[in-house]
Amino acid sequence: MIAALFSRAWIWAFVAAGITFAFTAAIGQTAGGTGLLVAALTFSAFSVIVGLGQMFVITLGPGNVDLSIPATMTLAGTVSLKYMGGAAGADVALVGLLVALGIGLGAGIANFALIKLLRIPPIIATLASSFVYLSLAIWSNRGIRIKPPEALSDFAIGRSLGVPNVAWLALVIAVLAWVALNRAAYGRNLSATGQNLRAARLAGVPVDAVRAITYVLCAGLAGLTGFLLSCFSGGAALNMGTEYLLTSIAVVVIGGSSIGGGRSNVPGIWAGALFLFLIVSMLNSYGLGAGVRLLMTGVIIIAIVAAGSRPQRS
Amino acid sequence: MRPNLRILLPVLSLALLLGAVFVIQPRTMSYLGLNLLFNLAVPIALATVAQMIIIMVNDIDLSVGTFVSFVACVTATWLNDAPLIGAAILAASVLAYAGLGALIQARGLPAIVVTLGMSFVWAGLALMILPSPGGASPGWLRWLMTAKPPVAPMAIVASVLIAGLTHLLIMRSSFGTVLRGFGGNERTLARAGWSLIRLRASAYALSAVFGILSGMTLVGLSTAADANIALRYTLLSIAGVILGGGEFTGGRISPVGAVIGALTLALAGSFLSFIRLSPDWQIGAQGIILIIVLAARLLLSVRRRNRDVAA
Amino acid sequence: MTTGSDAPGAAGPRGNILVALEGARKSFGPVRALDTVDLTVTGGECLALVGHNGAGKSTLVNLINGNLEPSDGAVRYGFADGSTGSGQIARRRAGVRAVHQELSLCPNLTVAENVRISQRDLTGRGWRGRAAQRVMAALDEIFSGHRIQPEAIVGDLTLTERQMVEVAIGFADGAEPARLVILDEPTSSLDGSIAGQLLAHVRRFCAGGGSVIFISHMLGEVFDVATRIAVMKDGRVIADREAGHFTRQSLVSAMGHVASEKAAQRVRPQGDDILSTPEGLKARRGEIVGLAGLAGHGQAEALAAFYLSQTSNWRARAPQAVFVAGDRGRDGIFPLWSILRNATLAALPRLTRRGMVDRDDERTLAEDWREKIGIRTDDIANPILSLSGGNQQKVLFARALATEAPIVVMDDPMRGVDIGTKTQVYEMIRHEADAGRTFLWYSTEIDETCLCDRVFIYRNGAIAAELTGAAITEEQILSNSFEMQGQAA
Repeated sequence: MIAALFSRAWIWAFVAAGITFAFTAAIGQTAGGTGLLVAALTFSAFSVIVGLGQMFVITLGPGNVDLSIPATMTLAGTVSLKYMGGAAGADVALVGLLVALGIGLGAGIANFALIKLLRIPPIIATLASSFVYLSLAIWSNRGIRIKPPEALSDFAIGRSLGVPNVAWLALVIAVLAWVALNRAAYGRNLSATGQNLRAARLAGVPVDAVRAITYVLCAGLAGLTGFLLSCFSGGAALNMGTEYLLTSIAVVVIGGSSIGGGRSNVPGIWAGALFLFLIVSMLNSYGLGAGVRLLMTGVIIIAIVAAGSRPQRS
Repeated sequence: MRPNLRILLPVLSLALLLGAVFVIQPRTMSYLGLNLLFNLAVPIALATVAQMIIIMVNDIDLSVGTFVSFVACVTATWLNDAPLIGAAILAASVLAYAGLGALIQARGLPAIVVTLGMSFVWAGLALMILPSPGGASPGWLRWLMTAKPPVAPMAIVASVLIAGLTHLLIMRSSFGTVLRGFGGNERTLARAGWSLIRLRASAYALSAVFGILSGMTLVGLSTAADANIALRYTLLSIAGVILGGGEFTGGRISPVGAVIGALTLALAGSFLSFIRLSPDWQIGAQGIILIIVLAARLLLSVRRRNRDVAA
Repeated sequence: MTTGSDAPGAAGPRGNILVALEGARKSFGPVRALDTVDLTVTGGECLALVGHNGAGKSTLVNLINGNLEPSDGAVRYGFADGSTGSGQIARRRAGVRAVHQELSLCPNLTVAENVRISQRDLTGRGWRGRAAQRVMAALDEIFSGHRIQPEAIVGDLTLTERQMVEVAIGFADGAEPARLVILDEPTSSLDGSIAGQLLAHVRRFCAGGGSVIFISHMLGEVFDVATRIAVMKDGRVIADREAGHFTRQSLVSAMGHVASEKAAQRVRPQGDDILSTPEGLKARRGEIVGLAGLAGHGQAEALAAFYLSQTSNWRARAPQAVFVAGDRGRDGIFPLWSILRNATLAALPRLTRRGMVDRDDERTLAEDWREKIGIRTDDIANPILSLSGGNQQKVLFARALATEAPIVVMDDPMRGVDIGTKTQVYEMIRHEADAGRTFLWYSTEIDETCLCDRVFIYRNGAIAAELTGAAITEEQILSNSFEMQGQAA
């Protein structure tokens, strides 16, 4: 059984995460090992949720990436907080959540419309739309910092059974994603489309429906993350999403999903998220700044993608 | 579309926009005014050419913005204080780009992910060089960018020069033609005995050279630098290439069109502030412009295809 | 005669060997595409290569133009001074040029610029003028009266003009003049008079000492230009004689096989056609309809168009038609998946309950078909790539047949598959047809086409003939595949 465990691709990411954890805890500048673990789980949770969405899109095949995730997060966080206005009550919280999800839905539909109707390559489409969503967020924000309802804020920061609530949530979503990918017909159709779009179409897979659902799903998860992050941070800042672009792609790549499409790896997302957070912490503990962190993450991504590829016959 | 018609679109849009600006702000119709309007167009134009070369070989470079920022940081620090080291760093970055191109071709890697990863490498390096805004422009660069040629402002002169030289390089020279052919039909070139790895590496290296020129001219104009100075160049450069009549695949691009596209976008920025568009929408406007341009092109190409079929 | 130079001997003294294949063999895995070919081409000859699908014409030509390396044997080129050599440099020095069947220009470049791509000596000042001069000289010589400009962008030219440009570049002057030009279906996009100009040029070129290898399905053209004809079948050259030795009829006979006993003919189902496309493709319920003719004459496109019209991009319903791919890698196999998943994909709609796939039902279905169709594996959860090519093809069949779709569209699925698998699958097809399934079967092999109840023979993108019953013979299929052009005898 140990052998079977080690044959899984994502185990190495977890191993790496574990090693990094040890290094960082050993330096002891954070509040001991437990503190680091809680922090890791908390911040990884957000990366996991957007990472799952990005993973779905990347599984659609080469050329599919959603670059509008940060903007969607920001827009969803900003607008939902505005709607809730800091008021108390479960119904208010529910409306806020629905608003955030609705924005995600809208963004996903808009993205796919650009891709399908205007035949814009997904990178360009999501890049362009990200600018529009960001402007919408800026325009609706008007510089006033609205606080989230206290109950939601408490939830986002709080823990249950010692584990951060957001981590539980991310875990549940990960499980749902796993089920969708491995047990549902949608997951089969997605994997088929990502491996060979033409063959999938010829085998009767409704490829356009699959693509549309996937982009909507990704944007929806981004909206949810924006909502959670705003509640966690006590407000929606306009740059709240910027680092999640790299993160969402990095966790997919590090976690072992195939960048060429067709193969997704849900546990790997968790492993990648933890690893990424811990690397950052470790670098911070060593006093290395944001520059080194960015540099390293970029190099890691390229190295993994290159290592996973095979030489092409010229 | 015949090449003459293709160039008509960007020329017309530039003329229209320029006309609109003159109407709203008649004071811009002067030497100084034009210079101010198109001031920042030069680095944008160079970045657009860099992007155009990558698009020419069927890839997209998502790291243009951060690369130009990185070059700007190097120029404002190393190139200023220790020119030899600065030049060496810049030369090394050209080699890095060439290596990337070779890697992408040899292993069949998706350029999106690789350039996205690289964008963070450049961003990280830029931050390491200049954690906070600073540095200073080398004297000769400053002198070059603030020169006042007699007839037309520096920005216009420089843009014309860039357009002309890149046109000669890409469209007229035998090397540029081979690169374009590489983007048009890779298989044919492989069959004719060309090394595809070398071709892609050359294209990427050439793009890096233009990226370097962009970063340097940017420092010459803004006299200082910071790690985020050119982040918006990524979208702007893509939009400029498309606006200028380029296509994402097939090696169909136009250097003159790309420069005109860059000028138009730079002008659009000024135009939007003249009509007092809320600054909230400045960012979104860029995205909307790109979408509109792509939609218009789609409509035109569909109409043309229908016409050809009917004919 | 090479263009641009007037010396008649520029192509080499007549009789000089330009290329020689010595015991050349080419295999792709277990498939023997070329089986020990000895062939020489000397100066002044126009050699026509004739044969049906899979005869080995393309492989042979690809060995000569360097696209493929021989698995065994050698390809040698001869130079003007009498010496020989092998490899890319020798090939260029010997003046070997190839004009391919699928157009291989760069559509974004101009005519003159395209010359630069294949002629690498065109650098330095004034290269554009020299390139233009070379291609225009060739165009003017071959296709006088053309209206192609050297600065025209290839993408804007018509298909005819593009082919003219390709041919011209093939014959154009270069660092080395053209001595041996391979023309693979060069007139497929040219109309009558322009094709005539090309043929006239071929005759002139060979009369002046140059050589041409000519592949065409238009037998009239073959007899127009060829000085020598080589008939290929099953990877071998079975006849290689002067053109005068053959007639159209004897050529067609030579391409066919000795009449073997036909398998017991099925009783053709009665009833009305259940499908009918605007192009003329029809089928009855339970009928096996064959699409025949030379490869690339519109059969695959007709099939794909029909299939796509029956299925949707947006909704997954119980399929009305299913598709069996022939090009496994491009159209069929999902390489990351297991055999099980590959087999059940098309049947997913009826295996899905409330969005979830019923894994037990799925496994049962897959195991069922594994037995029925005889997939050789110990566990269908193994990766699909662990199977041999023939077995992978069986999985693709299982995928289609496991659905309840009434129409099965097959895109030359038995190409390159071993005979054992083929026999099993033919049985399966018969069985299913007897049960009421309709098959649209594009095959490049005449033996398979003869198993059909009705055959549509495609030529130049349209249906040229329809055969039923006893009329479905190899001879009929062959003669309808080729354009006879002129007297039948």
